[in-house]
Amino acid sequence: MDFPGLLAQLLNGLQYGLLLFLIASGLTLIFGVMGVINLAHGSMFMIGAYVAYLITARWGSLWLALPAAALGGLLIGAALEAGLFRHFYAREHLDQVLLTFALILLFEEFRSLLVGNDFYSVPVPALLDFSVPITAQFSYSAYRFAVIAICLVLAGLLFWWIERTRFGAIIRAAAEKPEMVDVLGINARRVHLTLFAVGTALALIAGALAAPLYSVYPNMGDGFLIISFVVVVIGGLGSVSGAFWSALILGLVDTLGAAYAPKVAGLVVYVLMAAVLLWRPTGLFGRRA
Amino acid sequence: MMAHAHLNTMRAKLARQTRGAWLMGVGAAILAVLPLGISEFYTGLITTGLIAAMLALSLQLLVGCTGLVSLGHAAFYGLGAYTVYAITPADHALSVLLTLPAAAAVAGLAALLVGALSLRTKGFFFLMVTLAFGQMVFFIFHNTKLGGGADGAYLMRPTLSLLDWQLPLTRRQRPLAYYYLSLLLLVAMYLALRALLGSLFGRVLAGIRVNEQRMLALGFNTYRFKLAAFAIAGLLAGIAGHMYAMKEGFVNPELVGWHRSAEALLMILLGGLGTLSGPIVGALAYTAIGEVAQLVTERKLLVEGLIILVVVLSLPRGLSGIWVPRWPRKGSGGEPGRAAKVSPHD
Repeated sequence: MDFPGLLAQLLNGLQYGLLLFLIASGLTLIFGVMGVINLAHGSMFMIGAYVAYLITARWGSLWLALPAAALGGLLIGAALEAGLFRHFYAREHLDQVLLTFALILLFEEFRSLLVGNDFYSVPVPALLDFSVPITAQFSYSAYRFAVIAICLVLAGLLFWWIERTRFGAIIRAAAEKPEMVDVLGINARRVHLTLFAVGTALALIAGALAAPLYSVYPNMGDGFLIISFVVVVIGGLGSVSGAFWSALILGLVDTLGAAYAPKVAGLVVYVLMAAVLLWRPTGLFGRRA
Repeated sequence: MMAHAHLNTMRAKLARQTRGAWLMGVGAAILAVLPLGISEFYTGLITTGLIAAMLALSLQLLVGCTGLVSLGHAAFYGLGAYTVYAITPADHALSVLLTLPAAAAVAGLAALLVGALSLRTKGFFFLMVTLAFGQMVFFIFHNTKLGGGADGAYLMRPTLSLLDWQLPLTRRQRPLAYYYLSLLLLVAMYLALRALLGSLFGRVLAGIRVNEQRMLALGFNTYRFKLAAFAIAGLLAGIAGHMYAMKEGFVNPELVGWHRSAEALLMILLGGLGTLSGPIVGALAYTAIGEVAQLVTERKLLVEGLIILVVVLSLPRGLSGIWVPRWPRKGSGGEPGRAAKVSPHD
């Protein structure tokens, strides 16, 4: 195994893991605070990727697509929360699952109506369409470096928001003791709306960032949704830092597996999950039951 | 007063159960004579519905009876179907007396293994873990050459034979044979589950659904009971998968995918969560709706999505809620009812 090859795979794994974190953090926060299962979170990722495709095709710039995805995510998230999810927080898991499953089908149909069922590639922005030389024989895509940097900045902002701000304190309190937050007279609806909007926006941004790397195609959200579930299971439910570390671990394991053991690569992730469940059923960073 | 009221509920329950048994008997009788008057196409369509009913019924043991919402149930359905493919040689068919137990055993054992791991978690975790394991099985069939890869594979259909004797069937009679075998298995499955739920085992499952802590305090090892239910449900799903492989003579990874699991959940919700007849009604209705949708529009998923929205938003008790409007929402614990509310933090 040559060193530059390994380094490239490590960087790919890091970049993939950080994208997974953007998706999984929304999932884990929305569940941790509102107790709702959002299977349609993968569709948000898909929508982000198609937003990137449509905007780059029309105006030729991914830099427009990123804020558009963020803004669109905030709006879609707020609309879904206020229109649908709000009424489902107290419902059974089964109802939540089927509601969000229905949303997946509807979003996919709208995608098919609007854009069709073809695969599309999205060009890397011209500004970053070069390789950064690292050693004499090895260079690495500047766009992937940019993705890593953007994800790290977003992760940093998210941690700052949750750990250091007043609003973040409310979120943590709501995840821990929702009754107490109500008693203190805090407007839970506003917390839920904001959190849902931010979580959704993160998934759309992840989709927009991923579009040039993986191209866009029907049902692309499915695979990412399931891997994000594994991230949440391994990281521990409701734990953002848990999601961060487990996303990095899974990103690396999956990428290295695909490179060095392609036959079993897809299985490694699930084996890892099974091992964690045997060892600590509440996840690596979850609260002990 | 209390005892009197209790007696009245018991009486009402008994009356309902008797009526339910009558309705199921009449339904089975109608299904038994139906093929005499319909075309081969509709025989095939109803067979598809009967197989779906087996899948939904097996899942009901987890969802409605025990309060475990699994999103990976199609894995065992698919394993049942793929087992038929795996053990059938390329040049001659095997007896159904061999393939059916094999499919059930493989699916049951897989469910025992997956259940042992995933039942270490609860609620939302359980849902995600079953989904992930289901996708693992999907991945195995989709990405490896084990079962024909992504395109699936054809197989020699199992025959109705015993030792050297084989039931002679013409090409036109075969769909009828699959129809009646599916109907027979569905009725057997329904009766078996009915008996199971009436036994101590079923009572414990109902207790777990309503309040697992209390069952633990009473000294029941609830993990073992849940695992047994999970394994039985997987085994029954394997039988449904076997019938799919037998009827279609074809297997593909779609059988295993999580959309199939979600569809099975939808059938249960469509039929009504509280009963064993619900999944059967729901599966037949869902199959019929799907067929009509395909006639009207190419956008089957759109129709499916809208139906789910309507059912989830306005028919929380499913179709049975329409004509049995006075169904008590919270049962006394003796009958399968809606799953107990599970706290998001467990």
